[in-house]
Amino acid sequence: MESKLLTEFYHLDEFRGIEGYKKNGGYVELAKALKMQPQQIIDEVKASGLRGRGGAGFPTGTKWSFLPKNGEPRYLLCNADEGEPGTFKDRLMMERAPHQLIEGMIISAFAIGSKKSYIYVRGEYHYPISVLEKAIREAYDAGLLGKNILGSGFDHDMDVYSGAGAYICGEETGMISSLEGAKGQPKLKPPFPAVQGYLRKPTIVNNVETLAAVKYIIRDGAAAYRKHGTEKSPGTKLFSLSGNVMKPGNYEVPLAYPLIDLINKEGGGMKPGRKLKAVIPGGSSAPVMTAAEVEKATLDYECLAGMGTMLGSGAVIVIDDSQCMVDMLGVLTHFYHHESCGQCTPCREGTGWLNKIVHSILEGKGRLQDIELLEKVADNMKGRTICALSDAAALPVLSFVSKFRDEFEFYVREGRSKVKGTTYAEMHH
Amino acid sequence: MSFNLSEEGIKKVKQELSRYETKESAIIPSLYVAQKENNGWVNNDVIHALSKVMDIPASKINEVFKFYTMFNQKKVGKFHVQVCTNISCALNGSRELASHICRELKTKFDEVTPDGRFTVSKVECLGSCGTAPMMQVNDKYYENLTHESAMNLLRGMK
Ligand SMILES: Cc1cc2nc3c(=O)[nH]c(=O)nc-3n(C[C@H](O)[C@H](O)[C@H](O)COP(=O)(O)O)c2cc1C
Ligand code: SF4
Ligand code: FES
Repeated sequence: MESKLLTEFYHLDEFRGIEGYKKNGGYVELAKALKMQPQQIIDEVKASGLRGRGGAGFPTGTKWSFLPKNGEPRYLLCNADEGEPGTFKDRLMMERAPHQLIEGMIISAFAIGSKKSYIYVRGEYHYPISVLEKAIREAYDAGLLGKNILGSGFDHDMDVYSGAGAYICGEETGMISSLEGAKGQPKLKPPFPAVQGYLRKPTIVNNVETLAAVKYIIRDGAAAYRKHGTEKSPGTKLFSLSGNVMKPGNYEVPLAYPLIDLINKEGGGMKPGRKLKAVIPGGSSAPVMTAAEVEKATLDYECLAGMGTMLGSGAVIVIDDSQCMVDMLGVLTHFYHHESCGQCTPCREGTGWLNKIVHSILEGKGRLQDIELLEKVADNMKGRTICALSDAAALPVLSFVSKFRDEFEFYVREGRSKVKGTTYAEMHH
Repeated sequence: MSFNLSEEGIKKVKQELSRYETKESAIIPSLYVAQKENNGWVNNDVIHALSKVMDIPASKINEVFKFYTMFNQKKVGKFHVQVCTNISCALNGSRELASHICRELKTKFDEVTPDGRFTVSKVECLGSCGTAPMMQVNDKYYENLTHESAMNLLRGMK
């Protein structure tokens, strides 16, 4: 079965503009959706089993159902902050198919009764922002945004908001704070955004890929959408493949696709003479897998969760046998330390400690008890903070240390990398 | 040394002020406008100038400014070279690339070269992990770099 829904026309340059997009099926589903009852659309999305593509995999239709039934203005926010290391699919989607996202958003906005939406894009994405702004203007000119869209009586306005370089603004309540013109600090939940979000009004936050997928659920119907993937992970998904593979890139495959096939078939396998050592399957916060685990894994929510890791954003990071795992963990602890917003003590202090300990090992000053200390600090960071960044910082540490303990112990004993044979300073000069 | 927004800048800030549901939402976009006019960085004078135009307390603007890494708290060169050193790029030699660029430009990270042309920084993932190693110079991405191609690009920048 043809498994490309979202990316079927991405090779066509014309797909970026409104005319080319319409020529290839664009805005057909918007017209169809505007003739449906909003509740019918929500029911169809629910029946499709679509799960959020931003990282947490929460069922989209269920999230939409949390909105209060009527009254009150409500907002739709598209999360295009894409900061999870290893993830670059939303950028592709915005650059190659801005109207696909806009169409998915208008359909979703109609379903949830929202008259105003924002696409919150990370600030570094200057080019995607310009592409979106142009596409939104085209959509207004074509009567697809604004008042009385396609004569349906439905009004909707859409705008782009540029972030300014803070990973935490990808967390939905951090994003809301940022859009409100404040520091991008997450807010305590509950209340959840669906009840009290942007400007304390009911708000739905969904990832770029989630909102774009809604179009294809309307096009094919929930039952046909479910032919892709599994019962618990229906549909197709874009995977951002990066690291030490021959052909990195974004690949759309049905969920439950074998991980090893993504690496070897789509990704062209390892570089000559290199062997697979480890994979981080769902963005930098997903626990790392060994090569042996990779052989058994399929790319769906339940399989990866069952193996103690997660599908996350679909960023598959491939690590070959020339890489030092202590060194790579140092990259990650540095990142989380840098990005903690500092509101919660376990996260603020914990990310600092993790980074300090890993770097003292890297600099040859580690002690054997530091390895246990890493685990202890990481354990204390889990499940006790305002947002999930603290857990996201702890999980890689626990998995790196438990699965590649020999590399950590060697480094502590010898003051140099087991794999590279050199010290940290020698490695990077 | 005081800073004032240009006519054009004030116009842009005013537009942003009426663009969103609340005027506070205009702080980030206005900081971008002001940073550009102040040669790529923001100081107290810039914050106060914005505060006046926007009629928002300077302390509020300052708080936002300090939170986001895309607002520079120090002077940067004409070309701000930001090399991603996060995981996918690190797996493809980005830290070595960043050090190489510094050595070739005879500078240290986050400093301005004496001719004012370059500042080299290491940054977190820029969403370009499939084309690693990569760098962002001002608003543009440069991908699939080698030591040579990066230096050729930088030396040719006008
Ligand atoms: C630290 C952190 C960073 C996040 N970054 C992103 C992001 O860049 N993009 C995104 O879509 N979701 C991100 N999320 C998830 C969002 O909080 C939220 O779950 C998501 O946008 C919901 O959309 P979805 O249901 O369509 O996935 C992040 C979460 C956390 C805890
Ligand atoms: S867990 Fe960390 S990032 Fe999240 S709110 Fe607390 S301090 Fe901020
Ligand atoms: S890790 Fe370098 S761009 Fe993502």
